[in-house]
Amino acid sequence: MWENIKDFASTFFVTGDPLIYGADVSIVLTIIAILFVLTKYKKWGWLWREWLTTVDHKRIGIMYLIASLLMLFRGGVDALLMRVQLAFPNVEFLHSDHYNAIFTTHGTIMILFMAMPMMFALFNMVVPLQLGARDVAYPFLNALSFWLFMLGAMLFNLSFVIGGSPDAGWLSYPPLSQNEFSPGPGQNFYIWGIQISGIGSLATGINFIVTILKMRAPGMKLSKMPLFSWSVLSSCIMIIFAFPILTVTLALLFLDRFAGAHFFTMDGGGNPMMYLNLIWMWGHPEVYIVVVPAFGIFSEIVATFSRKKIFGYKSMVWAMMIIAVVSFFTWAHHFFTMGTSASVIAFFAISTMIVGIPTGVKVFNWLFTMYRGRISFKQPMLWTIAFIPCFVIGGATGVMLAVAPADYQYHNSYFLVAHFHQVLIGGVVFGYLAGIYYWWPKLFGFKLDEKLGKWGFWFWNIGFYVCFMPQYALGFMGMTRRYYTYGWDRGWADLNLVSTVGAFMMGIGFIFQVWQIAYSIKHGERDTTGDPWNGRTLEWSIPSPAPFYNFAVVPQVKELDDWWETKEAKANGTYKEQPAKLEPIHMPKNSGIPFIMSNFWFLVGFGFTFGWVWMAVIGFIGVFACMWARSFQYDTDYYVPVEEVRRTEASLGRVV
Amino acid sequence: MSGGKMLRHIQFWILAVLGTVLLTGCGSEYLVLNPKGPVAETQYNLIIISTILVAIIIVPVIALTAFIVYRYRDTPGNKASYKPEWAHSTTLEVIWWIIPIVIVALLGYFTVRDVYVLKENPNKEVAPMTIQVTALDWKWMFTYPEQNIATVNHLEIPAGVPIRFQVSADAPMNSFWVPELGGQIYAMAGMATELYLQADEPGTFAGFSSNFSGEGFAKMQFDVVAKPKDEFEKWVKEVKGTTPAMTKADYEELRKPGVTDKFTYSAFPEGMFEEIVAKYGHGHDMDYVMEKTPAPAGDKSSNETSLNMHQKTESHNMHGMNHSSMNH
Repeated sequence: MWENIKDFASTFFVTGDPLIYGADVSIVLTIIAILFVLTKYKKWGWLWREWLTTVDHKRIGIMYLIASLLMLFRGGVDALLMRVQLAFPNVEFLHSDHYNAIFTTHGTIMILFMAMPMMFALFNMVVPLQLGARDVAYPFLNALSFWLFMLGAMLFNLSFVIGGSPDAGWLSYPPLSQNEFSPGPGQNFYIWGIQISGIGSLATGINFIVTILKMRAPGMKLSKMPLFSWSVLSSCIMIIFAFPILTVTLALLFLDRFAGAHFFTMDGGGNPMMYLNLIWMWGHPEVYIVVVPAFGIFSEIVATFSRKKIFGYKSMVWAMMIIAVVSFFTWAHHFFTMGTSASVIAFFAISTMIVGIPTGVKVFNWLFTMYRGRISFKQPMLWTIAFIPCFVIGGATGVMLAVAPADYQYHNSYFLVAHFHQVLIGGVVFGYLAGIYYWWPKLFGFKLDEKLGKWGFWFWNIGFYVCFMPQYALGFMGMTRRYYTYGWDRGWADLNLVSTVGAFMMGIGFIFQVWQIAYSIKHGERDTTGDPWNGRTLEWSIPSPAPFYNFAVVPQVKELDDWWETKEAKANGTYKEQPAKLEPIHMPKNSGIPFIMSNFWFLVGFGFTFGWVWMAVIGFIGVFACMWARSFQYDTDYYVPVEEVRRTEASLGRVV
Repeated sequence: MSGGKMLRHIQFWILAVLGTVLLTGCGSEYLVLNPKGPVAETQYNLIIISTILVAIIIVPVIALTAFIVYRYRDTPGNKASYKPEWAHSTTLEVIWWIIPIVIVALLGYFTVRDVYVLKENPNKEVAPMTIQVTALDWKWMFTYPEQNIATVNHLEIPAGVPIRFQVSADAPMNSFWVPELGGQIYAMAGMATELYLQADEPGTFAGFSSNFSGEGFAKMQFDVVAKPKDEFEKWVKEVKGTTPAMTKADYEELRKPGVTDKFTYSAFPEGMFEEIVAKYGHGHDMDYVMEKTPAPAGDKSSNETSLNMHQKTESHNMHGMNHSSMNH
C-alpha cells in the first residue's frame, strides 16, 4: 500500500530538480500566506462578493491584468533560465529535457497566457468606457471568459510541479507531440490548458464584437468610433474565425493521444503536416490578433500626446481591416521549407509581403500625427515612440523572411527568433505597456510614478536591443532555435553572452515596473479630474476611477474625439449644455456561476490529463449543471436608483 | 543641437551599424553570408536585395521619426508650426500607400523568380547525383543509391556536382540544413522532399538539424565534406573495400532513439529508403518518390521496375488499411 502511494507520488509530482523543489516551496508558502491574510482580515466574503462573482468589466479587466503580469513573470523567468543556459552552453545548467520544457512553456505562456489576457485586460478596461456604454453586451459571459482563461492557465502552470511540463515546442507539432514520442501528461496539460482558456477567448471575441456593434452611445456612428475600438473589432473578427480552428485542431490531437485516433500520426494514414497547416491557420492570425489592438492603443496615445487629431483616420481603419482579412492567407509561410510546389510558395510569399503594406501605411500616419503636433514625453508616449523604430525594423526583417528562397536560410534560425521577438515585444508588449500606463489612472484613480517608470523604460529598451540584435547575427551563423547546447568552435558563444546580458536588463526593467506599481499605490499622483492626460475620447469625460455604472448619463456623440471637441467648445464658449436628466440605471447582477463552472472545466481538463475519465465525467456533469442552473435564472439584473447615482457622483466630485 | 544636425548624426550611426554588420558579415563564422555553392549564392543575393529594398523604407522612416519627435517636442518657445486640426491629405496618403506597394512588387518579382529557379538543378551542365537523407532520432543517415554505400552523421560529396537530395524521416520531423551550400528542407515521415545543393569547391561545411525533434536534437549535427571528383571516387572505393555492409538489423539499431557517432557502410539493404518512405506513406507521395528515383548505376536497372511494382501494391494495401482503421 505504502509502496503504491510512493510510486504514484513519484510520477505524479515532478521530482529530481532543485529548481522545482524551490518552486514547490514558494508555491506552498504563497498559498499559505494568501489563506492566512484572507482569514485574518476576514476578507473571504469580500473576495467572493467583489471579485470572484463580479460581472463588472472594469474589475474583470483588473483581474486579467494581474493574471497577465504574473504570467509575464513566469514566462520571463523561463526566458532568463534559457538565456543562462545558452550563455554557458557546456555547464549543463539545464539538461536537454528541462530546457525543452522551458522553451515550450515560455512560448505558450507568453502568447496564450500573457499576451492574450493582457489584451483582454485592455479590452475590458477601455472599450465600454470609450463607447459610452455601461458594460459589455454579455457581462455574465465576460466573467465566464475570464474564469475559463484563469483556470485554463492554472491547469497549464500546474504541469510545472505535477505530472511534468509539455516539452514539444509551443505549438506541439506532431509526431513529436504524439504518445509515442511524448508519453505522460505534459502534452495533455498543454492541450487542456489551451482548450479551456481558448473557449474563453472565443467568447470574448463574440462579446466585444456585439458590444462594439450594438452598444455605442447614441450618435457614435462607426465612422466616429475611436481607433482603439476599431482595432478591437478587427482583432475580435480574427478571433471568431481563428479560435475555432485551434479548438478543433487540439481536439483532434487529443483524440490521437487519448483514443488512439490517426489524424496526425506518422502511421495508420495520419498526416502530421495537416496539423502544421491547421495550427498555423490559427497561429498566424493569432499574432495579428494580439498586435492589432496595440496599433489601436498607439493611435489613441499618439493623438493625445501630440495634442492633434489622428492623421488619416480612414486609412487607419482600412489598414486594420485589410490586415484582418489578409492575415488568414499567409499561414503557410511558417513552413516554406516543407517542399511544396513553387506556386504555393509564391502565393504565400506574396500574401505575406502584402501584410506589410497596410502596416507601413499605419506607421506613416502615426508619424504625421506627430508632425505639426506638440509632443509631450509622458510614459505612454515614450513607449509609443520606442515602438516605432523597433517595430519598423521587426517588420522589415519580417518582409525579408517572406522572401521564400531566402527564408530557406532563415527558417528556424535565430534570425527568425530575433524577428518574432522584435515584433512581439516591440509591437505587442510595448503597445500593451503603453496602454496600461495610459489607462491606469482611469481604472485606479492615480498615475504610475514617472521616475521609476523611466528607469523601467530604459532598461527594457536598451535591454531589448542588446538581447535581440545579436540573435540576428547568430542566425546568419547557423544557430538553430531550440538548441540547448553548442560547441565553442562555432563562434556563437560571445554573442550569446551579450544576448543574455540584454535579457537580464529587461528583467531589471520589469522589476522597476513592479516597484513602480507598489510605490505608486501609496505615492502616485492622484487623478482628481478624470482627465489626467488631456484626452480626446469619452472615457476621459467621467471621473477616475470610473463608477461601476460608468456613465451617469449616456453621452450624446457628435464628433470623432467627442470629448476633445466638447472641451474646445467649452473653451470657446460655444458649448451648449445638454439638459441631463438622471434615470435609474439598468445593471447586471453578480453571479458565482462563471467561477464555479470554470472550476468544473478544470476538473474535466485535469481528469483527461491523467486519463481519469471518472473525474472528467464529474467535471462535465458540473458544467452542465451550471448551464442548467443559469438557464432558469431569471433574476439577473436590477436598477440603480437615481438617488444612489446622485450620491455616487457627488462623492466623486461631480454634480449631476 | 538643431534638427538637421541631429538627423545627420542619426544617419551616421545607422551607416556605422550597417557597415559593421556587413564587414563582420564577411567573417567565416557567418555561414549564411559565405555561400559556397550556387544555391546559397542565389539565396545570398536575395538576402542582399531584400535588405536594400527594406532599408530604402526603414532608414528614412527611422530618421524621419527622430526628426519629427525632436522638432515637434512640447517645449516652451518651440517655433515649429502647430496645426491640431490638420489630419488628412489625400496626396500624402496616396504616396504612402504607393511606396510600400512598389517595394513589395519589386521584392515579389525577385522572390517568385527564385522560388522557381531553386526547384531546378542549379548546374545544368552536370547531371545531378542522388543522395537520400533520413532523419532519425537523433542522427542523420545518408544513403547513396548510385554508389550503394551509406553513412551516418557525415556526408561526403563530390565538389562541382549538383546533388539531388531526397529527404525523409523515420522519426519526428526534422529539417536538413547546410547553410554554406544553401537553405534547408523538411525531413518528414511518409514522404520524400527534394533539395538541390552543390559545393563549388572542396571544403568542409557545417550541417544542422533545424527542426526540433526531442531530447537529442541539439547533438544532431554533421559535417559535409566536398572532395574533388576523383578523390570522391577513391573514397567510395575505399568505403567499399574497408567498411561493413549495413543490414536491416543495423538499421533497426540506428532507428532507436539515441545519439551516435559517425558510421560508414559499404552497402545498404536494397530499396531501404523507399521502404522507409512507404512504411508511413500515402499513395500519392510514394508515386512521387518512385517516379523520380533514378535507376541504380549499371547492372541493377531491372530492379527498379520490380521495386516500383512492389511499392505500388503496398501503397494499395496501406490505403485499404486506412479505410478499415477509420471505420473501426
